[in-house]
Amino acid sequence: MNAEHMIHNANQIALYFSSYPREEAVAGVLDHLKKYWERRMKDQIIQYVAQGGAGLHELVVDAVKRLDVPQKHATPR
Amino acid sequence: MALIQETDYGTPHILAKTQVTLEIDGKPVTVPAGTSIMRAAVESGVPVPKLCATDSVEAFGSCRLCLVEIEGRKGTPASCTTLAEPGMKVRTQSPKLARMRRGMMELYISDHPLDCLTCSANGNCELQDMAGVVGLREVRYGYDGANHLQPGKDLSNPYFSFEPSKCIVCSRCVRACEEVQGTFALTIQGRGFASKVSAGGTDFLSSECVSCGACVQACPTATLIEKSVTEKGQGDRSVVTTCAYCGVGCSFKAELKGNEVVRMVPYKDGKANHGHSCVKGRFSWGYATHKDRILKPMIRAKITDPWKEVSWEEAIGHAASEFKRIQAKYGRDSIGGITSSRCTDEETYLVQKMIRAAFGNNNVDTCARVCHSPTGYGLSNTFGTSAGTQDFDSVNDADVILVIGANPTDAHPVFASQMKRRLREGARLIVIDPRRIDLIKSPHVQAQFHLPLKPGTNVAIINALAHVVVTEGLVAESYVKERCDVAAFELWRKFIAEERNSPEAVEAVTGVPSADVRAAARLYATGGNGAIYYGLGVTEHSQGSTMVIGMANLAMATGNLGRRGVGVNPLRGQNNVQGSCDMGSFPHEFSGYRHVSNDAVRVSFEQAWGVPLQGEPGLRISNMLDAACDGTFKGLYVQGEDIVQSDPNTKHVSAGLAAMECVVIQDLFLNETASYAHVFLPGSSFLEKDGTFINAERRIGMVRKAIPPMAGYADWEITIKLSEALGYPMHYSHPSEIMDEIARMTPTFAGVSYEKLERLGSVQWPCNEKAPEGTPIMHIGSFVRGKGRFMITEFIATDERTTDRFPLILTTGRILSQYNVGAQTRRTENNVWHSEDVLEIHPWDAENRGIREGELVSLTSRAGDITLPARISERMQPGVVYTTFHHAMTGANVVTTEFSDWATSCPEYKVTAVQVQPAKRLSEWQEHYKEAKRRTTQILSQTGAD
Repeated sequence: MNAEHMIHNANQIALYFSSYPREEAVAGVLDHLKKYWERRMKDQIIQYVAQGGAGLHELVVDAVKRLDVPQKHATPR
Repeated sequence: MALIQETDYGTPHILAKTQVTLEIDGKPVTVPAGTSIMRAAVESGVPVPKLCATDSVEAFGSCRLCLVEIEGRKGTPASCTTLAEPGMKVRTQSPKLARMRRGMMELYISDHPLDCLTCSANGNCELQDMAGVVGLREVRYGYDGANHLQPGKDLSNPYFSFEPSKCIVCSRCVRACEEVQGTFALTIQGRGFASKVSAGGTDFLSSECVSCGACVQACPTATLIEKSVTEKGQGDRSVVTTCAYCGVGCSFKAELKGNEVVRMVPYKDGKANHGHSCVKGRFSWGYATHKDRILKPMIRAKITDPWKEVSWEEAIGHAASEFKRIQAKYGRDSIGGITSSRCTDEETYLVQKMIRAAFGNNNVDTCARVCHSPTGYGLSNTFGTSAGTQDFDSVNDADVILVIGANPTDAHPVFASQMKRRLREGARLIVIDPRRIDLIKSPHVQAQFHLPLKPGTNVAIINALAHVVVTEGLVAESYVKERCDVAAFELWRKFIAEERNSPEAVEAVTGVPSADVRAAARLYATGGNGAIYYGLGVTEHSQGSTMVIGMANLAMATGNLGRRGVGVNPLRGQNNVQGSCDMGSFPHEFSGYRHVSNDAVRVSFEQAWGVPLQGEPGLRISNMLDAACDGTFKGLYVQGEDIVQSDPNTKHVSAGLAAMECVVIQDLFLNETASYAHVFLPGSSFLEKDGTFINAERRIGMVRKAIPPMAGYADWEITIKLSEALGYPMHYSHPSEIMDEIARMTPTFAGVSYEKLERLGSVQWPCNEKAPEGTPIMHIGSFVRGKGRFMITEFIATDERTTDRFPLILTTGRILSQYNVGAQTRRTENNVWHSEDVLEIHPWDAENRGIREGELVSLTSRAGDITLPARISERMQPGVVYTTFHHAMTGANVVTTEFSDWATSCPEYKVTAVQVQPAKRLSEWQEHYKEAKRRTTQILSQTGAD
């Protein structure tokens, strides 16, 4: 996914949860990313945050920091 | 199975708690109070002669054949219009009655063509039957007097003919049009001897008729008859099955001669349609045997090559080896698949099983992604389950009907007829829609409120309605306290009561007068049973899920859940969109909406399927295409879905597909997506297989094989072959065995079996130990999740904004006569009503741009541009234009963008900023499409000829 698209998607999620108290909002974003984002997308946003996370909503940045660390993809079958 | 002849009880079934007992021909009969003598007699096995009565419409009492004698009463009353009373003693046969009936039949036959042997209705004509029943042997009046035998037929409708000379003016057709369909297109013109049935003074095609077939169904003679019956004769066997068009899930009798369908007749016992139909289900089935059907498997190395017909073994082997090659080269997660909402539950279940077990990943998605995925998210988070709350019949108990972002008369016509009947009975109607849809004002139906909001402001409106409820003391406090999470409610109450959510504060955004919003909110909250029905105008927005949550909040706050007449009801688009979601088609969940990360659930599937499964979600359709463009996704199996035509931003979809190394399409036709495919597996229509569909009311209906699969295999068999070739054999000999596995693995389906479906006709899930015969109404007593959960619904405007360059908003949708991408309906006579997509535009916007009716216009967005004819229409509000996506050549989705719902990625089809200008030629994309289509659909025959 191109970075711009990823940032937009992630920020949209954050905007929804931003109405909630901060801790609840971060947990909401984190839960959403865990439940619905595929490993490649998680890896991409984790790397993007590690590089500074420019343009990402602060709730996304906080949530992504709590995401699992990138894993190697399973070996081909 | 022989031809099914359903019993006609003459007058409608009456729902009443009180019973009355009377005596008919010496036999005691007990019926609900309000039942006619005619119906009581038929129910007790005593047939009464009749012509003007049929049980789909109210009694009329005009034919005088159903006369009876009642002890202690004078005269011979009509049994259809006389109600059964306690202690009544009725005689249906006597010499006097026989004389009178024979006399009436003499009059009818004296003015009727005597061409029974060559008549299309021969063998299925009530007039013919009644002549036999009353023992008519002669007509004393002769045939020379004034009559109505003038030749001439109205053949204008593509599906049925109208031959006035055969009409006995019983008015059954007129009453069916009024009472069953609610269109009021037919009338009795003239008086006395000059009385005749008329389609409003014009021919049927030019009239208001919507071709639902109710009049044809009601006609007791051959006056109104299917052209297919005229052409082929009466069927000799029936197969009861479920329609493969919209999410209403009508039950039909397919009537066949041998393996040829003669006609489709709505089945009276169908619990979703009660014997009614629309033009698509009733008549538009010819696509199933259309010459465009691909009946042989095909492969090609490159998408620019012509297709080569091959054996099933070669095609399946090639697809499997390509998928294995790709996974070996690019990794396990480099392939995926898409299930179809047009296929059966069993087929959908198998596809997702193959992807999870044989592909070894969770890269499975379904077309619900682009329609009702926000319904799943919103309703599961608030109520605890991803489905509508009511059965269709619940609308009969609704007092206030709130229709939001749906156009039922076009998209769900059979349910719309039921809804309109309730509205004619006095229920009140609120419509929230940018367009002035037909339901707002139709014969004997008038919405109390139409809130014509600007596209993209749904959440602002639902918040404003809730604001009124909360701030004007209209909350059902005791309901909320007992049934809902009170802490979540208080948080929501505080949020929604803020002034910025008031109707006045949002008026500038929504364009809806605040006074109307306030009045509508009061009506919904205080008008009795309030029922919400909604469609894709709710879901296909960047805040689609938020809006679903908003509706759930409103229903909970007013206590409108958990009983008949209320609820939150998604009008599902495709025939099995509910089922495809239920069957685990989404990348994050197994059947029954259980997340793949749930260890206990996943382990149960691992044990049942004998393979390890991934515990992380896979890619959604849009993510698959993104990954393809990124080079990490290389292979796709698509069953019965056409993402190139139906998904947004066609250029991006095409680019994603073109970047893949193996695309396998399983379909009836070489659809638009097949232009990017390397393997084509010919699928089977709903007439060619057994299985089940699940409609919008969670009803599991049987699909029964009426004819053998034209290409040799049902779709479930093809998936099994592919899975086996991939090294994961699946052993099922019949779809019933697949359903048995679904029931074993899915708690909400635990009680479902083909034996039960055969016995009950259909059943609504949850169907399990707690509800062995299913669940018509959800959330009675408590919500599935326990306490109902209010969630905050902040209005956030879409990022798709109008500008000077793109000053108008485009919304897309569908119409009555065409269906989705048109693969089915475009291959029928329905094109007579809609042969091309047009752009509806308000007169002001048209005039400002110098656009005239029927002229070509260019429709341009940030994503692309197309050209299509303009239709100037006051259905649109100024600033908003509308088109459909039924025709591939139009390319409506070239214009739509990739903005989507924040939670589910459901595309924002309903808001695209565009410009419209007069045009003289097709767009560049359309010119390219014509050439590419020709090039990518060439087929080499087995002899090598092109």
